[in-house]
Amino acid sequence: MSEHNIKITINGIETLCQKDETILQAAKKIGVRIPTLCNDKRLEPYGGCRLCIVEVKGVPRPLPACTTPVADKMEIITENDNIRKLRASLIELLLSNHPNDCMRCERTGDCKLQNLSYEYGVDGSRFEGEMWDIPIREDNPFITYEPNKCILCGRCTRICNEVVMAGTIELTGRGFNSMPDTAFRKPRTLDNCEFCGQCVSTCPTGALTDRKGRGKGRSYEMKKVKTTCSYCGTGCNFYLNVKGDKVVKVTSDYDAPVNHGNLCIKGRYGYDFIHHPERIKTPLIRKGDTFVEASWDEALGLVANKFKELIEKHGPEKVGGFSSSRCTNEENYLLAKWVRCAVGSNNVDNCARV
Amino acid sequence: MPSEKKTKTAKPIIDDLIIRVCVGTGGLAAGSQEVIDEFAKQLKAHGIKADIVKKCVNKTGCRGFCAKDVLADIILNGKSETYQLLTPDMVGRIVEEHILKGEPVKEWLVGSEYHAFHDKQTKILLKQCGHIDPEDIDAYINIGGYEGAKKALSQKPVEIIEEIKASGLRGRGGAGFPTGLKWDICSKAEGYPKYLICNADEGDPGAFMDRSVIEGNPHSVLEGMIVGGYAIGANFGYVYIRAEYPLAIQRLKIAIADARKKGFLGKNIIKSGFDFDIRIKEGAGAFICGEETALIASIEGKRGMPRAKPPFPAHKGLWGKPTVINNVETLSTLPTIITQGAKWFSSIGTEKSKGTKVFAITGKIKNTGLIEVPMGMSLREIVYDIGGGCERNRALKAVQTGGPSGGCIPASHIDMPVDYESLAGIGSMMGSGGMVVMDDTTCMVDMSKFFLSFTQNESCGKCTPCRIGTKRMLEILTRITEGKGKEGDIDLLVELGTNIKLTSLCGLGMSAPNPVLSTIRFFRDEYEAHIKDGICPAAVCKALRRYTVSVDLCKMCGKCFKACPSGAIAWEKKKPAVIDKEKCIKCGACYEACPFNAIL
Repeated sequence: MSEHNIKITINGIETLCQKDETILQAAKKIGVRIPTLCNDKRLEPYGGCRLCIVEVKGVPRPLPACTTPVADKMEIITENDNIRKLRASLIELLLSNHPNDCMRCERTGDCKLQNLSYEYGVDGSRFEGEMWDIPIREDNPFITYEPNKCILCGRCTRICNEVVMAGTIELTGRGFNSMPDTAFRKPRTLDNCEFCGQCVSTCPTGALTDRKGRGKGRSYEMKKVKTTCSYCGTGCNFYLNVKGDKVVKVTSDYDAPVNHGNLCIKGRYGYDFIHHPERIKTPLIRKGDTFVEASWDEALGLVANKFKELIEKHGPEKVGGFSSSRCTNEENYLLAKWVRCAVGSNNVDNCARV
Repeated sequence: MPSEKKTKTAKPIIDDLIIRVCVGTGGLAAGSQEVIDEFAKQLKAHGIKADIVKKCVNKTGCRGFCAKDVLADIILNGKSETYQLLTPDMVGRIVEEHILKGEPVKEWLVGSEYHAFHDKQTKILLKQCGHIDPEDIDAYINIGGYEGAKKALSQKPVEIIEEIKASGLRGRGGAGFPTGLKWDICSKAEGYPKYLICNADEGDPGAFMDRSVIEGNPHSVLEGMIVGGYAIGANFGYVYIRAEYPLAIQRLKIAIADARKKGFLGKNIIKSGFDFDIRIKEGAGAFICGEETALIASIEGKRGMPRAKPPFPAHKGLWGKPTVINNVETLSTLPTIITQGAKWFSSIGTEKSKGTKVFAITGKIKNTGLIEVPMGMSLREIVYDIGGGCERNRALKAVQTGGPSGGCIPASHIDMPVDYESLAGIGSMMGSGGMVVMDDTTCMVDMSKFFLSFTQNESCGKCTPCRIGTKRMLEILTRITEGKGKEGDIDLLVELGTNIKLTSLCGLGMSAPNPVLSTIRFFRDEYEAHIKDGICPAAVCKALRRYTVSVDLCKMCGKCFKACPSGAIAWEKKKPAVIDKEKCIKCGACYEACPFNAIL
């Protein structure tokens, strides 16, 4: 770890930084907010949207906070009239090629562009010119792509290439016609896409949305329940978005210690089982040739009694515990504890070891 | 020039004959290969053996005077004559009269403008272009080639860097960063290996300096790269060249292969213990890849998009390693600086801009072509003395320098010196050296629209202001030229242009609004005439044209009457023409046809 030996001033506040920190990171640490669109802490700094421009004393032009490293004695102003004016003009340009359909947009209330438009009080109406008119793309079961809402922040393509390393999408075309797309604009299939939905998780606007959750509720209507994924032993966290008593979709928890908001196809889209009609919701006890529904007390009592009988008859060392890697760390720990302390055996294992 | 000829035929007059035909892309396009073939055929027919013919007729690179291609020198017994605008059917008479009888065909020889074009120039870089065979390494060695590299390799790298610093050489690619300083930073940067990249992705419309240097003298570029590579401690160099330069690529390939054979490239070059080799990387045709970080991304196999600086390539460049990127012209100048010394080089030019600069002059000028002049020469000398003034002696209106992202210099500033600082001061830039001359038939709004549509098309799309901002500016310009301009459009253009310059990521966006901003600065009245009066003063914008005949200027020749495709012009002998506005389709044919500028 390098030392915090670079002294800078942000809006008059002195702070010490490390060598490779950017202005954006330094500002965040001391609670100074700088607006961004193309920044995602999971990704390399990009400097594309230009919204994070700040003034640095002695530099004639504004600098992007997300890519500019701090330097000793740097004096930074993150917002003043001039910077606000320039940011407003950038948002205005983005909105001049953005459909004005927030009323029915999936992301309303959870859209960075909408929030910035509100914050800076601008729309795109000063410019009357060509706007994208590209049809909505729903060529797969998971990801809906509305190119018209894309602001070219490049986050989807970068997360696909830098984090997932799937290379499904990349920026195509040039200038005004550049847009993220698959190679040769082919539909997304399992041949070219993992359907991890990472691109959706990082999209700041309504350009990429989870198809399964579309039309099922606004972000602010959802109760967000933090949970751990039940598919494998990695232990990714995410939020189940619950409206009424239904799980409507899964969204990322960017502060999750294990996965930093990253998920795979199972974690993000494999939640259909929750409300599946055939889902087994109570323990079943075999009686004769059939399974009969039972209460938890009844089932656990039965299991406990059977174990007791076995231990009495054959000794505790004849009993072992084998847990599933779908269980969380905590569940695995509990199983091991139960086998060792309650049963009195050291026979503990997990299928992840195989 | 190796071409001794002792003829065995009964034509004693041909003692020593060299024919030099320009085979740059310009020459070839004008038909120089056919001229060469015809010379070969004719000489053979006159009994001069074919193998001698081959030696006699030298292919040479571009000599710059493309307006008069095909150009050929006939050097007979040491006396040189230059023919212009040659076609194969002229060859017979030249062979007959000039070569066999010693009497040059006077009416086909170049005129005084050819000599004026060359006499005012100071050629360092282009000195050998057009004089040596670019596909023959010995031709280069015979004129002192690779001496600079030999001298450099006998010195310490730090001495070379100091020499280049002292010479005051600045990057010829556009920004004008001191070359020595760039090398110094890279040589001190931590990391191995280091790379040297030659930027030959010349993309400005109308600019062909780099292409001509590579086509005419490829070894000078390689030699410059050896010097640069040794100075910064790089053992490997790339030439990033656009695929649209097939001839340059071919010559470069030959040059690299020959240089390897002669031990100038490869392991232990010139027995100095230093390894250096070069690889060619062909660009895929994106203008933005001339920007150094986008160029690096392209070599790495990524989408050609610039990234933010810092970190600068000198610290973190190709594959994350310290890298120097120099332009073709910069590199090609190096051998001469090494052999002749920093003092000599810095004696040319101005206080802050040293040496010479190559410009490609095009547009409404008599002598289009490639020129090399000392820094600080006035625009007047370039346009009038070398360029010969505007076509049809029309009035000069402005000169656009620095390519599509440069600015317009109005005729009122014609006496300004051409150097980095002066050009930047007037809102333009040196750029790579494009120079477009405009006369009073050029509409400044239309011209800005043209350049902006180029930069708009070539924007990579990464940053918001360049991607959408230039598009919106272009739309505003388009509506002004279509007569739909609105009150406040000029202010909106200025506001938008200023913001784009301030907030864009790379040099493309930072300079794209320059043509618009500089023309608004100097020709605001022309914009206003479009918007408020509905007139295009230069009569270029079709929607705003209203052609009339000036009775005072009309000489009643009837040329406009003949040119009009819609029968809108009434004319009888000895009567001035009259244009029927109802029938006129505003095509401009009459305007172009009138020899007396009587159509307004």
